[in-house]
Amino acid sequence: MIENRPLGAFFSHAVITTGLLIIAFPVWITFVAATHDSVRVSQVPFPLIPGDQFFVNLKAMFSSPEESIGGIPVGMMMLNSLIMALMIASGKIVISLLSAFAIVYFQFRFRMFFFWMIFVTLMLPVEVRILPTFEVVADLGMLNSYWGLTIPLIASATATFMFRQTFLAVPDELLEAARIDGAGPMRFFFDILLPISRTSIAALFVILFIFGWNQYLWPLLITTDKSMYTVVMGIKSLLETAEGDPAWHIIMMTALMAMLPPVVVVLAMQNLFVKGLTETDK
Amino acid sequence: MLKRVHFKSSWLPYALVAPQILITLVFFMWPAGQSIYQSFLIEDAFGLTTEFVWFENYEYLLTDSLYFDTVYRTLFFSLTVAFFSLSIALLLAGFTDRIVRGAMFYRTMLIWPYAVAPVIAGALWVFMFDPTLGILAWLLDGFGWNWNHKLNGGEAMALVIGAATWKQISYNFLFLIAAMQSIPRSLIEAAALDGAGPFHRFWTIIFPLIMPTGFFLLVVNIVYAFFETFGIIHVVTGGGPAKATEILVYKAYSDGFIGLDLGGSAAQSTILMVGVILITIIQFRYVERQMEYV
Repeated sequence: MIENRPLGAFFSHAVITTGLLIIAFPVWITFVAATHDSVRVSQVPFPLIPGDQFFVNLKAMFSSPEESIGGIPVGMMMLNSLIMALMIASGKIVISLLSAFAIVYFQFRFRMFFFWMIFVTLMLPVEVRILPTFEVVADLGMLNSYWGLTIPLIASATATFMFRQTFLAVPDELLEAARIDGAGPMRFFFDILLPISRTSIAALFVILFIFGWNQYLWPLLITTDKSMYTVVMGIKSLLETAEGDPAWHIIMMTALMAMLPPVVVVLAMQNLFVKGLTETDK
Repeated sequence: MLKRVHFKSSWLPYALVAPQILITLVFFMWPAGQSIYQSFLIEDAFGLTTEFVWFENYEYLLTDSLYFDTVYRTLFFSLTVAFFSLSIALLLAGFTDRIVRGAMFYRTMLIWPYAVAPVIAGALWVFMFDPTLGILAWLLDGFGWNWNHKLNGGEAMALVIGAATWKQISYNFLFLIAAMQSIPRSLIEAAALDGAGPFHRFWTIIFPLIMPTGFFLLVVNIVYAFFETFGIIHVVTGGGPAKATEILVYKAYSDGFIGLDLGGSAAQSTILMVGVILITIIQFRYVERQMEYV
């Protein structure tokens, strides 16, 4: 510290703590709603202290279909979300590793052309090509399937760039040594490049898992079959079907469940998360 | 770009890039091309005949005052979200940077909203401001403010801005605090020796040095508000009341999927695409310039 000003330090802590509390407030309210029964939640003013119904609501949410989204138990939707998030994250990582390897370590025709083609995907977010992409997926018969949910999202310019950077930083001597020992390209890839890129892969995985779990617009279009719903989009149907008499305690419990996995991932792997975020976006 | 030492193989590199290129062609290039092609077509109300009309869809959009209302609304929304999320993040990062003990704890406590999906963020905010039982709506009622975002367009806009800002603060905070902590301590110590107080040091040393990061974040925040807030708007207001919160992406979606105006929606998507291309070019040109700073 540059100077010792107890009052200044106290003021800093006070400002940040106030900020923290304000930012945490919406989640606190959500948690409180999930701990009361339907009667208390629909009374004004809304309680600020948690009740004792947390486990009752938790059980209701997971077991009784009539209280969850259109008869789909929340457990099913969370499983769908998990499968989707894992498929998107691992799919993006695998195809980006392979194409970055090709672009950095091979001399071949159209190399730069392929590179620019991957780059252009940066400029085509799903939101600006919704309808035609939906038509392609429908024509391929991939509606209401995990493939339809994930494959159209797994091309990744940012992941390819990040691996390209990682590979470019690998010393040339490693490749020379591997070649002298008689290793072919794929042997080099699996035995040397992959272990070296371990941290990058892990950091990227954290970011992509959150990206995949939080997908909304795409699952909304691709899934019409309720057994394929994901928990993030399930919130919307819950709010819609509950228009007359919202079961807020169940809705908020579902919202808690929908945000829990990605938040836990971020907090548990904070350093990897920060690394992944700052390296992919710059 | 290419390694000095590299492999030569006739088919392997093509096989390696094939999955990525295939997905790019099928799910990116082809739909983008389709979108441009469809923007030149008009389909009749029953979808029986389509007619090639050149730029008629664009002409219609660009002479439609409602479309320009949406453009201005989107700009207002994005700039407001960017302004508030950057200012709040700057405030928190500025104070966290001054703290010796506990800075890591504060970082942990501030980054998790990044992981919350936009729709979920929307649901939380809708619940707090629910006109009948939301706690904040109740509080406002105590001050004589009859909050109802389902009827009042301005309040609906304030609500989506609030939810979108809330979610973005952690992202900005992370980048700002990283930028602040990479400033050499000796610079700040020298200023302190010369008698500059904390606020003076912040505005004359720290703030100018984090400007590059700030500009980068401004671009990222605008892109975020343009595209990634779809979920928030869909769940909080559905674009209403009376289109008061309908931004460009939402309009392209609802005109296409709900209004079934395929040509018009495709023309809007194409205009958005041009916008994204421009933003990406700005971002990359800028990132190159930032490299020279470092």
